[in-house]
Amino acid sequence: MSLVDIRVGLYLAMRQLRRASLWTTGLIVFVMLLTFLNLVVVTGILVGLIEGINESYRTQYTGDVILSSLATKNYIEDTPRVTAFLSTLPQVARVTERYQTGGTIEANYLTRTDSTEKPDATGAQVIGIDPVAEDAFTGLSQHIIDGQYLAADDYDQILVGNYLLAKYAFGDQPGLTPLTNVEPGTKVRLTIQGTTREVFVKGVVKSKVGLLATSIFMPATELRTLMGRTDQNVAQIAIRLVPGTDPVAFKQLLLASGIGEKAIVRTFTDSIPNGVEDIKTTFAMLGNGFSSIGLVVAAITIFIVIFINAITRRKFIGILKGIGISGTAIEISYVFQSLFYAVIGSAIGLAVLYGVLVPAVAANPIDFPFSDGILVAPVPETAVRIILLVLTTVIAGYLPSRMIVRRNTLDSILGRN
Amino acid sequence: MIDVKNLVRTFKDGPRETRVLKGINFTAKDGEFIAIMGRSGAGKSTLLYQLSLLDEPTSGEILIDGKEAHRMTEREKMLFRLAEFGYVFQDYALLPELTALENVALPLYMQGVSRVEAETKAQTALERVGLGTRLGNLPSQLSGGEQQRVSISRAIAHTPDVLFADEPTANLDRESSALVMDFFADLHKSGQTIIMVTHEEEYALFAERVVKLDDGQIVSDQKVTETSFAQRGTHS
Repeated sequence: MSLVDIRVGLYLAMRQLRRASLWTTGLIVFVMLLTFLNLVVVTGILVGLIEGINESYRTQYTGDVILSSLATKNYIEDTPRVTAFLSTLPQVARVTERYQTGGTIEANYLTRTDSTEKPDATGAQVIGIDPVAEDAFTGLSQHIIDGQYLAADDYDQILVGNYLLAKYAFGDQPGLTPLTNVEPGTKVRLTIQGTTREVFVKGVVKSKVGLLATSIFMPATELRTLMGRTDQNVAQIAIRLVPGTDPVAFKQLLLASGIGEKAIVRTFTDSIPNGVEDIKTTFAMLGNGFSSIGLVVAAITIFIVIFINAITRRKFIGILKGIGISGTAIEISYVFQSLFYAVIGSAIGLAVLYGVLVPAVAANPIDFPFSDGILVAPVPETAVRIILLVLTTVIAGYLPSRMIVRRNTLDSILGRN
Repeated sequence: MIDVKNLVRTFKDGPRETRVLKGINFTAKDGEFIAIMGRSGAGKSTLLYQLSLLDEPTSGEILIDGKEAHRMTEREKMLFRLAEFGYVFQDYALLPELTALENVALPLYMQGVSRVEAETKAQTALERVGLGTRLGNLPSQLSGGEQQRVSISRAIAHTPDVLFADEPTANLDRESSALVMDFFADLHKSGQTIIMVTHEEEYALFAERVVKLDDGQIVSDQKVTETSFAQRGTHS
């Protein structure tokens, strides 16, 4: 292959493209566009579905970094000193503290007449929060689907996760026995560490974060009383970082400062339940599998388009060779045409992806039952997929042109087989 | 000079073999204008394709200026055709997506000539055949005669050693045919070697030598006499 071959190939390709049918060109570019979107979007949605879980965990529960009690303790020792230290760090944008314990909530204790009757009760994690700080941190009040959010001075009010109430649960949840006939305003009995108190359900929290949907929330002051706690040591401190701060680096900073001796320090990705990352990997593989099929279809499309183009122009290809145009230059002209289709298709695809789809899905996440799915399309991975598409297309364009160009020159000119 | 020795071309169709050229011996000297004639199926086009290196002989030798052309690789033949030969095809064989100027300039690009120089040479060649005003026209916007003149321009733009023409007037009306033949005659006068296949006697008379083929063999090889030559005027 020489520079002249490339120059003549490019010249021929440009002339052919310039005078090709606009409809045909448009259709091929459209196929390339769909292939590009298929390559990026299918995987992006599947991965985004899991990424949505991660994002929900981060925004609604863990923040960027979360401190939780050591395995040997029920609380973070010296919590006031820890929070005081955190408040001195410029990377910290906001924190929220939570008490946490196990409890039981019972609904039919007033109407149950027979002691053999099964109590309408369920166990749940009870989280004690500062309603104002928690709402500022996680926006918990926005997840109230019935009733009202807690006020700072509420005494006998709780919020209940929707999975704990039959009326609001999404199907049957394994291991859960949701309470029946309970809604905001219903009086229930809450038992924590042997202490019982009658409380009213003030609101129902609906969240796609399973932990929140199966928890009970009450003001931290009341939970401390029920737990018989007199210190200020909490079970969790969730930390929201200033945008741009690396959570991993911040975690290292905390560990270096000795907080690791008082609490388990995790980034939000560390705290995602086991298996979620595996699902993400599996979904990515599935997405790649579907995309590969799309890629093969695109390759076959381009192969057929170029093959038909070359076979119908076989006589002209013969003439070109006859007048001394090298076979390589002719092949290059088809490679450039394929390249044109792939590059234009990908360019339009990029514009559609980053100009329309990603912002649109970010603004209106896909409502999966367990996640608000987003479209994950990182630029480096998208670039790899473009390269893959272009390479496949170029090969798919080169092969048929080579098949036709290699035929006997005179046979091509005369249309002989 | 093209020298052909004992040239044989056989076509195979399954078990059947058809010998189209049966041991041709033929020489074309520089500057000659040779018309190859014969009835349909006589082998005249096949001989032209052999001489112009568009086809492979089954056996025999083709020597061009002493070089053994029959032993050349496909790429060597391509380069040889590009540099030394020009072709005029019966059906013009212009690329439909290229303008007249681009069609003529294309082989020059392939020779590595710069775009400006190629277009200048192409324009000169087109002006020479009277198409200086149709440079930007696509083949579909030209008449048959004009297309054939573009084809001739493409064939001569790089000043080839030999110009091959395969039935160049077959698809043209008398007026256009006469224009083409007059142009060939002018080219010949300026020293251009031309080898032309035709089945039309009146146009063969424009040549200085007429080679007649029948059944794959040369049956006559004669100079065009003054008397014969004069007859062409009555036709054109």
